[in-house]
This record gives sequence, structure tokens and C-alpha cells, in this order.
Amino acid sequence: MAYTFQFGQAFIHLPYLLGGALLSLEIAFIAFWGGTVLGLFGAYTLVYGSRLLRSIVQGYVTFFTNTPAVVQIFFLFYALPEAGIMLSSFTAVTLGLVLNSAAYLADIQRAGFLSVRQTELDAAETLGMSRLQMLRYVIVPHIARTIYPPLSSFFIWLVLGSSIGALYGVEELTGRALNIATSNLRTIEIFLVVGGIYIVMTLAASLSLGLVGRHVFRVRGGLLR
Amino acid sequence: MPHLAIDGLNASYKNLKVLHDICLDVERSEVVSLIGPSGSGKSTLLRTLVGVNKPTSGKVTLAQRTLDYSSASSLKQARDSMAIVFQQYNLFQNMTVIGNVTIAPLKIKKWQRAEVEEHAHSLLQKVGLGHKLKAYPDELSGGQQQRVAIARALALKPQLLLLDEITSALDPELVGEVLDIIRGLARDGMTMLIVSHEMGFVREVSSRVVMMDQGRIVEIGTPQQIFDAPKETRTRDFTARVLSH
Amino acid sequence: MIETILSEIPRFFTWPNLVFLGEAAGRTLMLSVVGCLIGFTLGFVLACIRQTRNPWLAPLRVAAIAYTEIFRRIPFLVILFLVLFAIQVVAPNASLFAIALVSVTIVSTAFLSEIVRAGFDSVPRQQVEAAEVMNFSRWQIIHMIVAPQAWKVILPPGFAFMVMFIKDTALASQVGVVELTFTGKILSNRGFSATLTFGTILLAYFILSYPLTRLGRYLEIRLASPRH
Repeated sequence: MAYTFQFGQAFIHLPYLLGGALLSLEIAFIAFWGGTVLGLFGAYTLVYGSRLLRSIVQGYVTFFTNTPAVVQIFFLFYALPEAGIMLSSFTAVTLGLVLNSAAYLADIQRAGFLSVRQTELDAAETLGMSRLQMLRYVIVPHIARTIYPPLSSFFIWLVLGSSIGALYGVEELTGRALNIATSNLRTIEIFLVVGGIYIVMTLAASLSLGLVGRHVFRVRGGLLR
Repeated sequence: MPHLAIDGLNASYKNLKVLHDICLDVERSEVVSLIGPSGSGKSTLLRTLVGVNKPTSGKVTLAQRTLDYSSASSLKQARDSMAIVFQQYNLFQNMTVIGNVTIAPLKIKKWQRAEVEEHAHSLLQKVGLGHKLKAYPDELSGGQQQRVAIARALALKPQLLLLDEITSALDPELVGEVLDIIRGLARDGMTMLIVSHEMGFVREVSSRVVMMDQGRIVEIGTPQQIFDAPKETRTRDFTARVLSH
Repeated sequence: MIETILSEIPRFFTWPNLVFLGEAAGRTLMLSVVGCLIGFTLGFVLACIRQTRNPWLAPLRVAAIAYTEIFRRIPFLVILFLVLFAIQVVAPNASLFAIALVSVTIVSTAFLSEIVRAGFDSVPRQQVEAAEVMNFSRWQIIHMIVAPQAWKVILPPGFAFMVMFIKDTALASQVGVVELTFTGKILSNRGFSATLTFGTILLAYFILSYPLTRLGRYLEIRLASPRH
């Protein structure tokens, strides 16, 4: 099959697509921080909460990690209006991603809490550290080092995951690509360019997160993972 | 002609020069021991000889054949006639004792199964593990694992045996059982190049001793010369230090 | 609202609808299982290529690394559209299921090859050296020494990846594959309450995914104990 690539048609739309990429990052950011905060409460409950609260949070985590984010958002977008709650597509997508991320991030942060070993706390206590000093010098650095790598990869995953916004008409990178594709015959080229933008975006994110991890949290290992 | 002739061998590791102009001959049935402080390049020399480290220059001749480390076939031919035993035993964890000893003769050398198995049994008998044929490495003590590793090396019927600090990872009470086997091999006329920190053993078993420091050979002599009348200060310092323990 | 949903239930859970949902669930599962099995095979090949040392094979190694880096950094949805548009040029008669399957395979190959590589790396380097010195070929090292030890490290995350991909295949509804999510849209378009349909679809995914997740955890714990 002869197919001649014509990237000119796709490159005309580059500024428009890059605007979409910015929105993709924005969605990933909101989902990440929203999920981190909710997940922190979840993780705290999972480790220190009462039996009842623990099983509620565990149920939430189990349910949200075993069902697709796409369908969760479908539910928000189409089922909530039946109860009289209308969400814009942007709100539905970001809210869905926040709720979904919260489940994964609760699990990640729980592992962080559990990584602090009693022997280290005992050692810190025998050194005569106060509770605040222990928190500052032992607990927080330890948790940060443990959870930083999975948090970074989760953020990368969210940058890619934000593309499902396209299914609901959110004009992030993939959404804008679809917009162009409906009025343009050069769909393959457009999606190749879009793929390239995702690669550059996630590579840049991986690299900068890796550098921060290495220098601030003293995470060992390669920069790209 | 010596069995192994090393002439002006240089090697680097991660941009650091670790072997400087090494020249050493080993005659057939000779036992030559390398001694010296840690980091002096003894292990690197053995690892370079078997091609795990690549030399940067120099000439190695094994059984009248000059070795070309950049040529896969030349390296393969050389490895065919030598064997190495490592400090950490490096047994294949997914295979039993007998599996470890027989796999290379069977699958690489493609020797007859009956002969290989008979030979393996007699070797394992000789190293005192005739009753552990079906055991896995993680079920054995360090000393036992190292004896399996020796049997594995011998099963290849090597013309030259390299021993790289084979007792350094062992508990003190297990060192004797491994060294006894090497004494036996020396009596049987096996050509060996040994890196060891067991000075009593080195003195007893070696025909010649090579003192190394900072990637260079400092002095070569008989055990008596090296331990009782060293010419070089560095040798004197080193032997005085290790023998005082 | 609750009343309408309750009143719809008898009409919703009819035998034909249940068969329809069951078939869709089967297609969802097939997409992930078949796609990941092919992806595992190809990923294994990529990981093997990365184990080679021959200088002549350097371009192949670079290509293998580039593949894994690139296809872990493009959203599945974008891959899906690319395959959809590209296949129209190459094979216009390809089924939608085939398009989705190819997309799953492209992505799973990249991720699973990383998992296989991590498994290979978990086998102590010294054993590989010992084998090299005994003149084992690269392939003999992989299939006699590395793979028999690495599979325990590879299987749990590999299985977990496949289970995770069950959820990602929901995006295949976008190109029109009649899997679970698309079935939900169809039922919703037939006038059933969105709460009921998408609630049921969520539950269906959960029923597919949860037992497999548990099985994966069990495998992980079981294989972590050092037994032969």
C-alpha cells in the first residue's frame, strides 16, 4: 500500500495542539494533587483508623482500583444528572480522575507509612529526639524516599490518562487531535505528532521528577524509569 | 614454552587503569599464587585472563596459542581449556549439585552422558559431597557450595585452573575443607593460578609466589624468598602485616 | 429516581440482555488476555535482544530500547486511533476487534518487555559470568540459567499488568468494539437509566478484575518463598 506522509498538514495545527497539551498537564496536576490529599487521609485511616473506617476506605480502594476510570467518569457524567446533579465534561473528567487517583495514591502512601520501621524510631528515641524532631529528621524523609518513585510514575501515568477527557469532549491534547481529525484527512500524521508530544511531555516530566528525586529526596537509581 | 605466558598485559575498569604491564609465565603443573593488599589487581588479573574483563593491550599465550580477546572464537577456544572458581561460588541456583557439575560438559562440550555422570560422581565423591547430589545450592553451607563449584570447574577437565579468593567468603571453620581439596589437586599436578589471603596455605602449596600492588607485579619468587627474604620493601611490609595476625 | 431504577430492573436483567453483557465481558477479557499473551511473547523477544552483547547487534538493541521507551509514553487511546487510521490504509477490511487487539499488543509489548528485563536483571550477574566463562552462548544463558530463575520475578507483575489492562480496554469502546463499556452505551441508548446501566457495567468490571487481582496477590506471595 502506498501512503505518502504529509506532516505539513499536522504541523500547521501545532500551536493549537500544544494548547491542548497544556490542558492535559493541568488535568494531570489537579488529579494528582486532589488524589494525593484525599489519598493521604485514606492512607492515614488505613494505617491508624478504627476497624469500621478502615474497611470503608479499603472498600473504596478495592472498588476504584478494580474498575475502569472511563466507566467511573461515564457514571458521573450520565448517572448523576438522574439525581439532579449536572457536571460539565471538564468537571466530570477531573473529578473522576481525582476519585480514581485517590484510591491508588492511598495505597502508595499507606506503603510509605508502613515503611517506617519501629527499630529506627527506637534508635531516634534513644538519641533523645523529640517527637517533632523525629517527624522532621526520621519519619518524613523516610516516607518521602519510599513513596517518591511510585508517586512520580503515577504522575506520568496521569499525564497519559488525562487523554480520556477526549471521550467527553474536553479539549486536551487528544481531544484537540480528534477535533482536527474530523475536518482533516491527515489523521495518521496528526496522531503521530500528538504521540510525539506525549513522548516529549512525559520524558521531560520523568527527567525533572528524577532530578528532584535524586537531589531533594536522595532517591537512588536511574533518572528514567 | 610455558603453559601460560602473559606479556605486558594492561587492563582498565571504568576508565581506571587496574593492570599495568603484567608479565608472568606459568609452567605446566606449576602452582603460582598471587598475593598483595586488596585492590592490588590480583582478582582483576584472573578475570582478565578468562575474558570477563577485557584487556586494553598485551599478549597472552595459552598452550602455544596466542589469545585474541576481541575475537569470540579465540576466546571460546581459550575458555575451553581453562576454568575459574569464584569467591562467591556463583553456582546456578536453579540446578541441583549434580546439575551444576554436569551441565557444561553435557550441553556445551557435548560429551557422552554416561562418562560425564560417572566423572561428576567421582569428583563430588572426592570433594566429600557424594551424598548431596540432589541438593540445591541454597540448601548447602558456603563451604559445601564452594566445593561444588570446584567440582564444576574440574568436570570441564581444564588445563589451567584459576582460583579467585575461594575461601574469602567462607566462615573460618569451613576454610580447611576447601583448601584440603586444592592441596590434593596440587599433588595431582594441576596447573593453577591462585589468589588467596591464606598465607600458610600459599606458602605450603605454591611453587612460586607473585607479590602485586596497585596493579603491578612487585616481586616474584619462591615462597621462601617472598616470605623469609623479600627483596622489596612493599613485600616485606605486606608479609609482615599479614603474618603477624 | 430510585423508583424508576427499581421499576426498570425486571426489564433490564432479562436473559437476552444478560447474554449480551456476558458476551461483552468475554470480549473485554479476551482483548486483555490475548493481547497481553502476544505482548508477552514479543516483549520477551525484545528483552532477549537487550541481553545481547555482540557489537553488530547494537542497532537492534537501540531499537528495542526505543520501542519500550516510546510505547510506554503514548496514551492507549492515541495508539488506538493511530492503529484505526493506519489499518484503513493497510487492511481496510480488518475487524474492529482486530484493531483493538493490535493496539493492546503494541502497548503491552512495551510494558511487558520492561517487566521481563527487570526479571532478567534480578538474576545475580555472577551466575551469568560463570556461564560465560564456561562458554555458554547468550541464548543458552537465557534459557538454561536466567529464565528458569527470573520467571518467579516476572510472573506476578506480568499478571498484574494483564489484569490492569482489562480496565484500559474500556477505551476500545471508542473505536466501536462491542465490549463491556460499549454495551453499557448501547443499553443506555435503549432508554435504560444511566445509573442502572453504568452501575451494572462497573460491577461487571469488578467481577472480572477483583478475583484475578486476588489471584495475582496469591501468586506473588506464593512465588516469593524460596522453594524449587
